[in-house]
Amino acid sequence: MLRGWRALVATLVALLTLSPATARAEEPIRLWHAYRGAERSVLETLVASFDGAPVEPLALPYDAFAAKLQAAVPLGDGPDLFIDAHERLADYLGRGIVAPAGDALEPGARFSAPALAAVTLGGTVYGVPLSQKCLALYYRTDLVAREPTSFEDFDAALRAPLPPGSYLFAYESRSAYAHAAILGAFGAALLGEGDEFGMVGPKAEASIDFVLALIAAGKVPESADGALVTALFKSGKAAFAMSGPWLASDLGESNVPYRVMVLPPIVAAGDRPRPLLTVETLSLTPRGAARAVVRKLARHLGSRTAAEERMRIARTVSARSDVELPPDDPLLGAFHEQARFAVPMPTSPAMRATWEPAEKALRKALAGGATPGAALSEAKRRFDDVRRPPPPPASPTPLVVVTALLCLAGAFQLLRKSRAADFRARLRASLNPYAYVALATIAVTLVVFLPLIAGAGVSLFAGQPGSLSYVGLANFVDILSARGGPLFDTGSFYLVLLVTLAWTVLNIFFHLAIGMFLGSLLARPSMRLRGFYRVALIVPWAVPNYVTALAWKGMFHRQFGAMTALTNALGDLFGVTIEPIAWFAHFSTAFGANVATNVWLGFPFMMVVTVAALTSVPREVLEAAEVDGATRWQRFFRVTLPMIRPSLLPATLLGAIWTFNMFNVVFLVSGGDPDGKTDILVSEAYRWAFTRQAQYGYAAAYAVLIFLLLSGLTRLPSLIARRRSRDRGAGGAPIAFEAAEGGAA
Amino acid sequence: MNHEGKERVSWLEAALTNLVMVVAVALTLYPVLWVIALALSKSQSPEPRLFPVIVDRTTLHFEEVIGSHDASGAWLFARWVLNSLAVAAATAVVGIVLAVPAGYALARFDFVGKAAGVRALLASQMFPTVASLIPLFFLLHALGLLNTRSGLVLCYAATAIPFAIFQLRAAFEAIPPDLEEAAMVDGATRFQAFLRVVLPAARPAIAVTGLFAFMSAYNEFILAATLLGREDMFTLPVALQRYVGEHDQNWPAFAAGAILVSAPVMALFYLVQRHLVAGLTAGAVKG
Repeated sequence: MLRGWRALVATLVALLTLSPATARAEEPIRLWHAYRGAERSVLETLVASFDGAPVEPLALPYDAFAAKLQAAVPLGDGPDLFIDAHERLADYLGRGIVAPAGDALEPGARFSAPALAAVTLGGTVYGVPLSQKCLALYYRTDLVAREPTSFEDFDAALRAPLPPGSYLFAYESRSAYAHAAILGAFGAALLGEGDEFGMVGPKAEASIDFVLALIAAGKVPESADGALVTALFKSGKAAFAMSGPWLASDLGESNVPYRVMVLPPIVAAGDRPRPLLTVETLSLTPRGAARAVVRKLARHLGSRTAAEERMRIARTVSARSDVELPPDDPLLGAFHEQARFAVPMPTSPAMRATWEPAEKALRKALAGGATPGAALSEAKRRFDDVRRPPPPPASPTPLVVVTALLCLAGAFQLLRKSRAADFRARLRASLNPYAYVALATIAVTLVVFLPLIAGAGVSLFAGQPGSLSYVGLANFVDILSARGGPLFDTGSFYLVLLVTLAWTVLNIFFHLAIGMFLGSLLARPSMRLRGFYRVALIVPWAVPNYVTALAWKGMFHRQFGAMTALTNALGDLFGVTIEPIAWFAHFSTAFGANVATNVWLGFPFMMVVTVAALTSVPREVLEAAEVDGATRWQRFFRVTLPMIRPSLLPATLLGAIWTFNMFNVVFLVSGGDPDGKTDILVSEAYRWAFTRQAQYGYAAAYAVLIFLLLSGLTRLPSLIARRRSRDRGAGGAPIAFEAAEGGAA
Repeated sequence: MNHEGKERVSWLEAALTNLVMVVAVALTLYPVLWVIALALSKSQSPEPRLFPVIVDRTTLHFEEVIGSHDASGAWLFARWVLNSLAVAAATAVVGIVLAVPAGYALARFDFVGKAAGVRALLASQMFPTVASLIPLFFLLHALGLLNTRSGLVLCYAATAIPFAIFQLRAAFEAIPPDLEEAAMVDGATRFQAFLRVVLPAARPAIAVTGLFAFMSAYNEFILAATLLGREDMFTLPVALQRYVGEHDQNWPAFAAGAILVSAPVMALFYLVQRHLVAGLTAGAVKG
């Protein structure tokens, strides 16, 4: 046994210290990107053919890309150059992450006008435009006879009327990115000229009415995500699709007969759709820009041969205008042509604040939750709210005074305690226990508490990273006064708090009920297939929850989900027609979907804790109870439950805290739908940090409020218990874990 | 296992219990079957279906994930599996080694600052990680542990300690103190008694606590993605997350990866649950 452990520890130490990088004479160039598939392999081939210096390309997950770049580059730990969409350039420039491209841009190279404009900020070029992406129109040649001349011409261009269950035109109707194209046809844009919210007014309303009519006529699926658009188009259940080059790579080897063309005009709007153009840009960090060899690599990756390679293998449209299109690739030709009618995504930081309000309004209006006019003016209000200037800087004097006073009070308290007669004796007696807890204390203090305190400190600041200013308690005042709006309006702190509380209570109840029920069944010695059941029942816990949460979201899809299949089957059984439920259009059903997902994810944990706790209940006790004639319920509630309670309490209390802060499920399943009503406090905090212009101060203030609330809530029951015990005259309640015991009671 | 004969259970009751279990297992596995169907299908069915079906069965997605190589041709998938297992196992070991004595001290001793410490441990769980992520990044940079698996283990172990301490403390409290006292009467020191008598008795609880630490480290994504900057250092969740881009999402490969990720955890759980049963029948807890 001991030898086995030693071997295990030795292997672990070896694995952890094992470092594959050996010292090289020349410092390698570090290149970060988020490419995968063909684009990635082209990049790696190009990098391998560079002879200036060794290059280390690193493909990062898209989700973590920006955050990582922002954290690593200022510490000198980041890459020398990186590839990202151009729209973050202004943000990166504000943080000092990018440097002017200088001679990294090949002299004499010509780029398409929108691409070059996209990487130019204040007259300086900040990167090498590599490729450009936008939406275009796909059509299936087996269903469509000719290129339609307008959106209204789609029907007439079909070879034959589509069978029922098929759609004329599939696209991500609820995505603001896709809707921006249609909005463009109606003469509006997500972001106005002066950085104001542009998706408002009669033009924007007309664009939504246009989509609503298409959905009502059954021509467009009402809530399709990218995967569904692909599936519909691939299976011939959609004749037309609006999508980007990624659809072509998904169709890849399948033999779907399709072509791509420029999005034709919308007659009702009087113009062509104007999709947003994203320019993949190779940017240099200040450190990289200082090295001649890095600039040489940038020229190499932006060269004409590289562009041709990229077009040939990855089929991406080059941002260079002096590269000839392969004549035999109609796809590239169409995308190249479409780029001429596209609008470069604005680089202004205000652009990032448009997505969330625009998307919420779009979903609400398309689900029939509000008229387009009402939804859009609400979106504008939200945008303005996020964009409003940070509170004025405050004087740090009160903070210093309060901190000093608190320190003094703490010191005084300590001093008074240490004067107590038995303190020295107690301290001496504590030395031995201290040895037991020392290592854990050091680790937790360093890695948990230090970052926590630093993170909490950010809540006293406001503004964008790089230009933070101390504002005192202004963030808290803002949140607690619901930013000047009605106290129980959607998205206000108090309403979100109520939702969070309901969420936590319901989840914990079901986790405990189901977990304990199944756990106690599993612990019965009569179970034959116990091993199988146990392993099968912990599957939800073993599979990473970001995957299963998405599977649940898919099951609740109104048109294609398994729940709809279930209601259909039930309807057939009883001979009635049940309308498919739009799960995420109503608070109750969306909230129910979230709770169902999280209960499913969380009960195995409680089940395992119950099983583990039951192993410590001596069987004799249970048998004795049975002999005494106790019924099964009595045995459980009078004998078993009291005995496993000590083990279940910490798990329950911590489970409640974790559920309170359970971000993944809410974010992935309902995404806050409808209209942010199912968001909980922690997902609000997340939105402030990542989608609402990186207002970290605000997010940190939410985090501190969550912390204060949880400490209050978990202590409340113990205070009541203490008072009750005092009333009963029982003194000397154990102080150590009362918070835990009370919290779970 | 000789207990089983003693307890008389009517066949009706056994059938009912098994029925309940089968229903529970079916409901539990249902969403997972969707994930499996997605991973094994070449294309997705755009029909609402009650039961997951595999359309054009293919192992392509599994091959894609398993066959991940880097530019120089090194087999990355194997590295990711090793990294994940090593990091998670090291987290469990380090977390347990640090938490066991602390949990024991909280269960058996009284000392100055105990109540405050317990409260602080509980409080540490209440602060959302979203706000302490960036400071943690700076801290690891200062310690020179950025981009290392050891740094990741340190973070995971420290965050797993509070729960582990609570869990172990409850387990130690359930063990009668007479056990150590008897050993100490026989001449053992307190620490020896702890090592030789208490630890073996708490084995099931330690195993489960270790499993919890292992699982949380094994499935974690955000910290790992933020703290690791080299492809050969990645853990499986970070590597998997790359199949989900901004526009371009490869859900089938993602699902295939998720299944591959969960397999070792299932195997581990199977081992640990036998350990639990062994702990029960050996009667170690009863003393």
